[in-house]
Amino acid sequence: MSKLSLLTKGIIKENPTFVLVLGMCPTLGTTTSAFNGFGMGLATLFVLTLSNVLISLVAKQVPDKVRIPVYIVLIAAVVTVLQLLMQAFTPALYATLGIFIPLIVVNCIVLGRAEAYASKNSVIDSTMDGIGIGLGFTLSLTVVGTIRELLGSASIFGIKLMDADGMLVFVLAPGAFIVLGYIMVLFNKLKSRIS
Amino acid sequence: MEYILIIISAVFVNNILLAQFLGTCPFLGVSNKVSTAAGMSGAVIFVMAIATLVTYLFQYYVLIPLGIEFMQTVAFILVIAGLVQMVEIILKKISPALYQALGIFLPLITTNCAVLGVAILVVSKEFAIGGDPHMLNMAQSVVYAAASALGFGVAMVLFAGIREQLDLANVPKAFKGTPIALITAGILALSFMGFAGLV
Repeated sequence: MSKLSLLTKGIIKENPTFVLVLGMCPTLGTTTSAFNGFGMGLATLFVLTLSNVLISLVAKQVPDKVRIPVYIVLIAAVVTVLQLLMQAFTPALYATLGIFIPLIVVNCIVLGRAEAYASKNSVIDSTMDGIGIGLGFTLSLTVVGTIRELLGSASIFGIKLMDADGMLVFVLAPGAFIVLGYIMVLFNKLKSRIS
Repeated sequence: MEYILIIISAVFVNNILLAQFLGTCPFLGVSNKVSTAAGMSGAVIFVMAIATLVTYLFQYYVLIPLGIEFMQTVAFILVIAGLVQMVEIILKKISPALYQALGIFLPLITTNCAVLGVAILVVSKEFAIGGDPHMLNMAQSVVYAAASALGFGVAMVLFAGIREQLDLANVPKAFKGTPIALITAGILALSFMGFAGLV
């Protein structure tokens, strides 16, 4: 696989949220606005890339039986670094995303890539894979966030589009499920049209 | 009285699945049959109550005295993973029947973000249940965790019941599988919003 396709596969073909249906909790919980979704996506991209690098470095030294606990500890360490960085530089975003930042540890995408890709491939490939999947995740979250913000508060990235309140239900919990459901329907339609 | 408020709040008003989006993976993954959903919920109630008790003690008697609260994420995930293993071994020994019923769900629970989520929530967030916002004490934390897990169970079983019917319905091709499940979950969440303001 060429290096470029490693970077782009996460966007459509192996899109973690819409195609693989992984990492649902942050996808639903943090996308109340486009900016929050984007921020959560970048945070996950950071963890995904760094943990892929670390795991591809140590994979050969780790005995097979204890690999999952070792991977989880490495991922948790990267998440802790991210928590400290975000507390220092983006405290407002850290406060809005709240519990979902430490919960990146149990995001199935991160452990999934560690197990399925980083443990078997070179450091450079794993880095690219982490960035690629992370970009796909960021894109999905931004799309969901944009749609919810547009419908729910009639604005995009905090910029008011019209003098209306929007339908609050899309910012609240039910809207998350419904918007994500319809985006997947659209994805399925597009996929069946292409093939 | 306070405990009743905590339970109502955690089960209905702030349902962990439908209002806080924790544990969505098993919610979508193992909710095809009512019996599996009930089994998973039983295991989650069990593990979540014990995990929250242990992580609560760990936070207040190890992390805070040592001044290493920033190690919370690493410490909690290790404690939970170890605990799930231990529960599995003990259950196998003392109650094979219960192990038979919950066994296959236990390994899945380590990566159920609801368990880690609730463990972190109770030690980091102030709750405004029965008066001014305050940190929960140990008993309240465990009750809150068990009630959250019960809320998880209620949502899981309801949703599984709907999905069993949904399998027989004639759904458009593009909606089949996850999309229609998500939209159904949205409607379920909408009906749970009716409980808002109860506590």
